[in-house]
Amino acid sequence: MSTRQIRLSGAGGQGLVLAGIILAEAAMRAGYNVAVAQSYGPEARLGASRAEVIISTEKIAYPQVDKPDVLLCLSQEAFDKYLVGLGEEALVLVDSSQVLISTNHRKPKIIALPLQRAAMEQVGSKLVTNVVALGALNALAGIVSWEHLATAVAARTPSKYRDQNLKALDVGRALASGASLA
Amino acid sequence: MNNQELVQGNEACARGALYAGCRFFAGYPITPSSEIMEYLAREMPKVGGVCVQLEDEIASISAVIGASWGGVKAMTATSGPGFSLMQENIGYAAITETPCVIVDCQRWGPSTGQPTKAAQGDVMQARWGTHGDHPVIVLTASWVREVFEMTVLAFNLAEIYRVPVILLLDEVLAHLRENVTLPVAGELQVVERVEKTNGSMPSFGAGARLMVTGMAHDETGFPVQGEKAAQLLKRIVGKIEEHKERLVRYQGFYLDDADFLIVSYGITSRAVEAAVERLRAGGVPIGWLDLKILWPFPDKPIREIASHVKDILVPELNLGQLVREVERAAAGHAPVSHLGRVDGSLITPEEICRYVREKIARVCL
Repeated sequence: MSTRQIRLSGAGGQGLVLAGIILAEAAMRAGYNVAVAQSYGPEARLGASRAEVIISTEKIAYPQVDKPDVLLCLSQEAFDKYLVGLGEEALVLVDSSQVLISTNHRKPKIIALPLQRAAMEQVGSKLVTNVVALGALNALAGIVSWEHLATAVAARTPSKYRDQNLKALDVGRALASGASLA
Repeated sequence: MNNQELVQGNEACARGALYAGCRFFAGYPITPSSEIMEYLAREMPKVGGVCVQLEDEIASISAVIGASWGGVKAMTATSGPGFSLMQENIGYAAITETPCVIVDCQRWGPSTGQPTKAAQGDVMQARWGTHGDHPVIVLTASWVREVFEMTVLAFNLAEIYRVPVILLLDEVLAHLRENVTLPVAGELQVVERVEKTNGSMPSFGAGARLMVTGMAHDETGFPVQGEKAAQLLKRIVGKIEEHKERLVRYQGFYLDDADFLIVSYGITSRAVEAAVERLRAGGVPIGWLDLKILWPFPDKPIREIASHVKDILVPELNLGQLVREVERAAAGHAPVSHLGRVDGSLITPEEICRYVREKIARVCL
């Protein structure tokens, strides 16, 4: 049995639910069972938001993540809140352009990358930070094939912004290949 | 994995409605049900139906009842506060024997509460929310594909029994996305309304003389009192009570050698399924009854199982609702306890496993 639990956390409006949908759809195309649960506050924007993706070769009975293997944090609030309760070998990706990693939080597998800055400087929009993050996360955690992920990005983004999002995926991937531990 | 799609619970509900032949939807947006109307606003016109946002939930249920008498299968969707506003006319639908479907995506607490958090707090409202003795059927679901199937079943039962049918979902399932293969045309049974011009339920404008009233009435539709009024009430309530055995729907797991029983429904059944597998793997003699239709309530199976188990647990996202029905049905044959959670999060498999293990340690001492 193989199951991965992925928590994508940040603030409302950062596209975390969409990132979860894209990741799950890519995994579904690869033949896995998937569940995407979302959790957010009553605000239209900001406030803590998260998407939880479970990818498994087995039937997924309980549909929420209890011990993440992979954690993405795009906001300080999310980082401070979700660093506890991780799996033993969990991988944590943090957007260093939005999160300050205090030394007492330091864990072996926290990887800090300037995701939002890369989105703005290399793709020209901070709106694609979620897809940059997906690219980086997949490069680091090896969740799905790039072919499936790119297909899912293309399928779930408006045609007008498709190229921009596919570029964002590549930017994230490249960013992570030069990544070092925080 | 052919034809697999990543589908949200609310979308599965909307697509189930279209599959069942729903061609009228009226509603007022409310989290966590809004995606049902969003989907139908886009897709309903493509199949020649009408999807309309009205000024509130009272207007919405009224329009749904009107559309049903216009000969069209009709539905509305809401959450707890909107469901409360609909209650008066759910009574009207019951006495006028109007087939219609009401979806309630439950959220936390009374009033605005926590609109984006799940709960199972409308169970009693679904059964008893409207006034007077009345028939009602209440369905629930735990999986995205099941949301689709139960929506279709809701329309079928509404047509067969001519009652308002309530589908109780919750915030997590409404927003949950899973890979599913949804039914294709012809795969599920769809009950059509028979003979719209004459038949048992003629439509307005189709030629028959029609009298529809919320007053006590006889078969001509004109007002009556006394014994005839009693006959009406007994008949409309009896439609469900007399067909109870046919209507109840549940799935039993590991019941043959179970010493302990869990009774669950809706999203909580997902945690129970995970917990039961773990407990069984650890040699715990646990059984599980997964309810799909809450009303009519499966009194008989619960009484039978209660007579040969030591303890019954009912986990719910409320402070104790369906547990009262289970307790009543168990009729003292086994003690019934409740595991409630009301912080907006789901009950986890761990919580259930821990509770059961502690309970067994106490009971077996």
